[in-house]
Amino acid sequence: MEEELNEIIEECRTAVEDPEYPAVHQWLEENSNGKVLGHFQVYFPEEIAHAAGMLPLKMKGFDSSVQIREADAHIAAFVCSILRTSLEQALSGRIDFLSMYVTHPICDAARHLNGVWTRQFPELSCQILYLPQNAASPHAPAYLLAEYRRIAGIIEEITGTSITDESLLASIELFNENRRLLRELYQIRRETPEQIGLTDSYLLMAAAGAMPRERHNELLGRALPLIRARDNHPQDKLRIVFEGGYCEQPPIEMLSVLQDVAYVVDDDFMIGLRWLTEDVPTSGDPMRNLAVAYLETSDYSPVQRDPRKPKEDMLLKRIHQSKAEAAIVAAPKMCEPGLEEQVAYDNALTAAGIPHLIMEFEEKTTNFEQARMEIETFAESLLFEFV
Amino acid sequence: METQKVAIRPALSQAGNTRTASRALMDNWWKQLGEADAAAQPVANTFVMGSLAEVLNTFDIPMSFPEIAALQTAVKGKAMDYLLAAEDLGYSPDICGYVKVDIGLHATGRDHPLGKYPKPGMVVASNMCNTYIKWAEVWERQYGCPVFVLDLPGWRGTGFEYDSSSETFRNDVKYVEGQIRDLISLSAEVSGKKFDIDKLREILGNVNRMSELYQSILAMNKNKPAPFNALTEGINYMGIANILRGLPEGVEFMETVLAELEERVAHGVGALTDERYRLLLVGTACYTNFRDFVGMFERWDGVFVASEYMSYAGGGIDRGLHYDLSRPIESLAEQILITSQPSMSGIFFSHEWQAKMAEEYDVDGICYHGVKSCRTTAAGLPDAREWLLNNAGVPGLFIQSDLVDSRLWAEAQMRNRIDAFFESLQSRRVQSGV
Ligand code: SF4
Ligand code: SF4
Repeated sequence: MEEELNEIIEECRTAVEDPEYPAVHQWLEENSNGKVLGHFQVYFPEEIAHAAGMLPLKMKGFDSSVQIREADAHIAAFVCSILRTSLEQALSGRIDFLSMYVTHPICDAARHLNGVWTRQFPELSCQILYLPQNAASPHAPAYLLAEYRRIAGIIEEITGTSITDESLLASIELFNENRRLLRELYQIRRETPEQIGLTDSYLLMAAAGAMPRERHNELLGRALPLIRARDNHPQDKLRIVFEGGYCEQPPIEMLSVLQDVAYVVDDDFMIGLRWLTEDVPTSGDPMRNLAVAYLETSDYSPVQRDPRKPKEDMLLKRIHQSKAEAAIVAAPKMCEPGLEEQVAYDNALTAAGIPHLIMEFEEKTTNFEQARMEIETFAESLLFEFV
Repeated sequence: METQKVAIRPALSQAGNTRTASRALMDNWWKQLGEADAAAQPVANTFVMGSLAEVLNTFDIPMSFPEIAALQTAVKGKAMDYLLAAEDLGYSPDICGYVKVDIGLHATGRDHPLGKYPKPGMVVASNMCNTYIKWAEVWERQYGCPVFVLDLPGWRGTGFEYDSSSETFRNDVKYVEGQIRDLISLSAEVSGKKFDIDKLREILGNVNRMSELYQSILAMNKNKPAPFNALTEGINYMGIANILRGLPEGVEFMETVLAELEERVAHGVGALTDERYRLLLVGTACYTNFRDFVGMFERWDGVFVASEYMSYAGGGIDRGLHYDLSRPIESLAEQILITSQPSMSGIFFSHEWQAKMAEEYDVDGICYHGVKSCRTTAAGLPDAREWLLNNAGVPGLFIQSDLVDSRLWAEAQMRNRIDAFFESLQSRRVQSGV
């Protein structure tokens, strides 16, 4: 049983961590005319690409396994790491398989990605999807629907496949299933965190963006009962929420530092994969359903403005729902929106009397000693306090 | 090069008019903000890109431009006090310095070196810079004031066509027009005034006139020598264009500027006594060491004949913005879209614009000044520089410091880079026998 689970986790680890994208290459071998759409963080309606037979690939950064050789010559020094590592992947030719690249202007630094890519890869279709920043506006749904239709049109041109209501509905069902499985994984973490460590859970989750969803559903579908069937004993560990992983990801080693000292019962890693918090309805106009779901039944992040979802309230809700005792409020180094939001989170958590640790991280960090010390000291001081 | 130059300039009747007018207008602006604050009259915080001054002025809502205020603290040598105050509150050294100066001002009693810094009664923030939105949320939390985010869909990437007959354009206009109507309702609520469409029409007419004048002003620098420095003087034109957008005083000011420049051109008077290098600035200046920064170029007789800043911070007035007064609200939405796309999105795709400017203004080189505070203008500069060199043969200098944070100003390093750049321009000239 453990062996099977380990195999599944290893497959996910390879898909997530290997900068050569083995899962994508395998898909391309199996689908000789297959086309890949790469999309930068945070959210992209992958169903639309899938409905045209494309493989949507969630573009992320990499840890120190990817060395920056060329990217620094194209982007200023004072930006976060994910922008550089993802660009390095492109400049080094490792993602030559892309037929389309989509970004969303999530932050002022990431807005430059499309310009840089357009200049560097003039043959590639580099697109920007303008997700509404006035999300609560009554005019936003119609606008977003038109924007999804526009992107769908480009995808149809590139693939030569038309996206029908039927094909889009089928894709929505597949992705609904995926999000259900991910919700279940997080439910296990909240209810019985001793059953699955943070790193394994992270790999199982993040692999959704790095391999075909059909395969990911199959893997998660097998993994979840195996995790539930475990008989691990709860330990006397602090229950915490990790906030700050919506875009750049901390290296896996840092997650293992976290899991050594605490149960991370909820987090916002790769939040785009779980952005839609409920099933997208499968009746009616599927494109409209996707657009409405983005606006109406979605999670939160520092890069979306929606006054209906004040971010500090959303964080407090996440903490209460997961019965966490404390929080780690992190931000990627040089990440303007993340660093700005940290102060608001700090104030709200202080006002609510929730112990928290403010920290920065970088995907390329190789020295974890300081982080370990900070996290251990934080956790120990709290355990002492709670005893 | 270090020899003292003696300027023999003809006496010009318009000389100094712009400077006098700009000082008086700026002082008056600060006075009005102070008075509004004292009378608890709601002031709108808005930004240079996407200010929607047209709507706010229709309701006589005084506008505060925190970016301009932040810049002024740096020029006055005061920015560090506010930056440190904000950092004490937990704001990172790595975020936009303008935001922190503002936070510091609010945290230390709102005493700006030029006057009383008002509390916001409402906020208009466009997505032309994402940091505007984060910044607006700081005030929202602190003062509980209404925040209106104007969401402007920008350039969409490869092969994107944006003619007014395209479906995307029509959809975008609907979205923006809807938002403008929402802002009109909000402004009426905040100001307690009724919406007067004729007043809006009048304001739009003034913006049209300002836009025509502003375009003529920019074009003056196609002359040799260039009559104004797009960095030092340009920043003043820009500041007034923003704070008085759509007002008769704004039109008058532009007329004053143009008259002074026309006279300079007629008499062959340039911004520099002996113009040798014509430069384009991409990015912004460093305001903590504004004079030193400019001086490093001027000592080589280099003049900034154009600046990207004078484009994207101008809310379309450099791009031939022209409102159709017979359908004010619809036209406002359309024109904002048409002109904001090349301004805002142009920052990210500005290589072609730069190549065009280099040709039209006969530019010798481009200075790319990356500022840590502003990823909006700076993150992709090294890539643009490479493109211009390889595709348009225009050499570029990439330097880095900051807008308001003097800790990031490395004088010797900056000077060395700039000197080396001019030396290379000089040897290019020698090689090409100019
Ligand atoms: S990590 Fe932050 S700064 Fe970097 S791309 Fe993501 S949101 Fe932008
Ligand atoms: S990031 Fe740049 S454009 Fe945005 S507020 Fe700061 S200085 Fe202004």
